[in-house]
Amino acid sequence: MAEKLLAEVKEDHSMTEDWSGGKPPMKASFGKLMMWYFLVSDAFTFTGFLIAYGALRMSVPTWPVPDFVFQSFPGGFTGLPLIFVTVMSFVLIISSVTMVRAVQEGKRENRKGVVFWLGMTIIGGLTFLACQAYEWTNLIVVENMTVFENPFGTHTVDGVYLNEDGSDGEAFRAGDSYLVHKVNGEWDFKEFRITSGEDAGKIALTQLGPMTFGSLFFCITGFHGFHVSIGVFLLIVACVNAASGLYDRKKTQYETVEKIGLYWHFVDLVWVFVFLVFYLL
Amino acid sequence: MGHHLTYEEAKKFAYYGLRLLAIVTVIEVIISLFGKGYLGWKEAYYLDWVHYICGGIIIILSLYKAYFIVFNFMHLGTETKTLIRTVLLPMTLLFFAIIAFIWEGAYWNNARSYILQQDQLPSERVVPDINQDPQAGQTKTLE
Repeated sequence: MAEKLLAEVKEDHSMTEDWSGGKPPMKASFGKLMMWYFLVSDAFTFTGFLIAYGALRMSVPTWPVPDFVFQSFPGGFTGLPLIFVTVMSFVLIISSVTMVRAVQEGKRENRKGVVFWLGMTIIGGLTFLACQAYEWTNLIVVENMTVFENPFGTHTVDGVYLNEDGSDGEAFRAGDSYLVHKVNGEWDFKEFRITSGEDAGKIALTQLGPMTFGSLFFCITGFHGFHVSIGVFLLIVACVNAASGLYDRKKTQYETVEKIGLYWHFVDLVWVFVFLVFYLL
Repeated sequence: MGHHLTYEEAKKFAYYGLRLLAIVTVIEVIISLFGKGYLGWKEAYYLDWVHYICGGIIIILSLYKAYFIVFNFMHLGTETKTLIRTVLLPMTLLFFAIIAFIWEGAYWNNARSYILQQDQLPSERVVPDINQDPQAGQTKTLE
């Protein structure tokens, strides 16, 4: 049992003894320690992604405004900026807390409690994956965003859209967002007259937005979703094992639940930063 | 959620964490929407200083959420100091790397727009007299 191991370690404070084998260093069991090291290395991977995101986002003059890009809600609703991703965040936070409860029940060796709260966490994870599937489907099928093409653009000048007969249509300001639609499989770029800056009076066409937005979005949220999928798989394994009474017989007892809990909280932690850079800023 | 907490206390703390994270998330979303001009003041979206202030507050709140999850839910706070340092010190270096590369990205942006500007300028380059192409030289003598 974890407490027993800790008690043994507490008797001997010398560093050399701790690292000589047989005893868990840093007063954490080997399994937990390895999970921490894995999470640190995984954090490196995600930071690599964030570094790429930060550098590429700053290297282009404009970036799609998240409140404009993510404004759909299941059921055909639109014009609800960030509401759906906030729901996704809540799903992940709730599943994180149910995981905390599962670990607590594991410490009490309450088999039924562990199975119940692990089940709740699995439901949370699957709900999150379903939400992400909706979000991706909407972006790919409805809004035609791919890894190589990003239809979400931002105007860099003030201007007026031109109607088909050449008369003035809707006016816009520099910084306003637009979405390029596809008509019969071809991009439908809109004509507009520039009304500010050196090029005032010239006629121009809307363009596709920065390409890296699509690739970064699908890579980073995809990699995070992949982590969630792995987490759900591990949770199902732990849930079945706990239900079968395996952890009651094992020497380390419910420590597996705790280790998977660490991984699950890490997935939640990554989402905090994905949410920050992709949706809030 | 340390070892000293009883089961009931730990249970309460878990739900306290749920409320705290939910409230912080809602505050973040409200600030973000306000900064993008969705909550009444539309002009906010066009002002840079609003972006910096809102972005700064949101980043600090997110870092607080990250701290709360790592130290309480993953209970890093109750581990030994050595383990805390092992986990956190590499992260501080990565934090620096993110800032450094954001800086670098801004430089790429400036360099690109500078090149585009230079391309627009009329050229006053003088073509040198020396003709290194022998055939072109022959046609010149024929003239």
